[in-house]
Amino acid sequence: MRFYEYEAKAVLAKRGVPVARGGVAHSPDEAERIAREVGGEVVLKSQVLTGGRMKAGGVQFASTPEEARAHADAILRLEINGQSPRGVLVEAKSPVKKEFYAGVIYDAVAKLPVAIFSDMGGIDIEQVAEEHPEHVARAHFSTFQPFQEFRMKELVASLGVSGNELGALTRVMSKLAQTFLAHGLTLAEINPLAQLEDGSFIALDSHLDMEDEARDGQAALLAELGIGKEETRQARPPTPFEIRGAEVDASDHRGVAGRVVEFDGNLGCVIGAGGGSLTIFDALRKHGGRPANYCEIGGNPSVKKACGLTKLILSKPGVEKICVIMNVVSNTRVDIVARGVIKGVVESGYDPAEKIAIFRIPGSWEDEGFKILEKYGVDYCDRTVPMSEAARRAVEKVKAGA
Amino acid sequence: MATHEGSGMFIRVEVGEPLASDAESAKRLAGICPVDIFAAAPEGVGIVDENLDECILCGLCLAVGPAGAVRIIKLYDNNAPLEA
Repeated sequence: MRFYEYEAKAVLAKRGVPVARGGVAHSPDEAERIAREVGGEVVLKSQVLTGGRMKAGGVQFASTPEEARAHADAILRLEINGQSPRGVLVEAKSPVKKEFYAGVIYDAVAKLPVAIFSDMGGIDIEQVAEEHPEHVARAHFSTFQPFQEFRMKELVASLGVSGNELGALTRVMSKLAQTFLAHGLTLAEINPLAQLEDGSFIALDSHLDMEDEARDGQAALLAELGIGKEETRQARPPTPFEIRGAEVDASDHRGVAGRVVEFDGNLGCVIGAGGGSLTIFDALRKHGGRPANYCEIGGNPSVKKACGLTKLILSKPGVEKICVIMNVVSNTRVDIVARGVIKGVVESGYDPAEKIAIFRIPGSWEDEGFKILEKYGVDYCDRTVPMSEAARRAVEKVKAGA
Repeated sequence: MATHEGSGMFIRVEVGEPLASDAESAKRLAGICPVDIFAAAPEGVGIVDENLDECILCGLCLAVGPAGAVRIIKLYDNNAPLEA
């Protein structure tokens, strides 16, 4: 989940990263008041979870509180990439001497966080890495061992930074990395990290993303920021179909049968297990299939939950058939999922033999599951048939209308 | 012999007398079933129909009372009874 800039800065400030004086306003009056308190020139920034603010007119400068009020009025009415602003951040305009980049992301290949530093800030780090790779330095660090600040010092120094700048930038990088570790983040970025004319450093813009799974563990932080459980902060608001999927998942503590994402295809997907969902989804598309949804099923959901998910998917207009494909399961029982899916199909008024294009869940209690599938005439296969081949068969059946 | 019984789509459960009307046995069945198929009713064993298909075939209920007092029938397997 992504944080608004004002929230990200609040998190960073709490951990000792310097940010500009100011605050978030939700009305022109409030913006004027904050601008007056800050004094001097201010910058006003639309608080949206999307890029392109500057180009869209969502970032403005004001020399007086009255001008700040007028800009805030315009910004609060301005929709950017389909998003209405949460508020407008009003901050003191900083006298910038030089801009740097500081970031931490998770390197899924190395399976470690990686700190990234550049002495060319204010532009996309991807562009810097492409055009000026010599200006980008990286350093991995452990999530298990105590954090070691010298790793950040080595990182910053590797680009030729020395003296007081080295000490100050090392502290910012270290605080950013520790914020990343402390709050279950997948991205922590300060860009630009500005050096002011007096030599001090300040986070001019910041971007934090939290791992969805970390939300429960970070409940105190989220409560402090006023972020409720209902705020998913996904790339787009959930559709009614997805909300119903979440309700199915929440209906029973046993297992997972949710994380539904809606697409506009004709093949419903009951998929999951150990990364199976993504693999199967990709395989369906590779074979020319048009999935109607993504979902995750696993952890031995109850019959009711598997039934509810199946009924939801079949209720989606345009779904011609469903495929039930999982990786080899251990704790999830094949027979329980088979019961749930078949029950869902029957209660939706369809014949399982017609509606289920393929059932491929090998593993725990599969013999019992296969008896159920045979009873209802469902085409099934065991682990000798790879997930990709099962996906191909499902796609072919939908194409053939069989 | 009177029975308390219930059928789901996949599972049928039968509880015969005298177990079915015994309040103490009803409590034991309600306590032992991990998916809440049995309930302890004043008149003896109650069967929760909506949970019948959740049966995980653990067989714990079969050990309550004498052999054959509780029967779990797999409707999808030619009505094969679950063996203790």
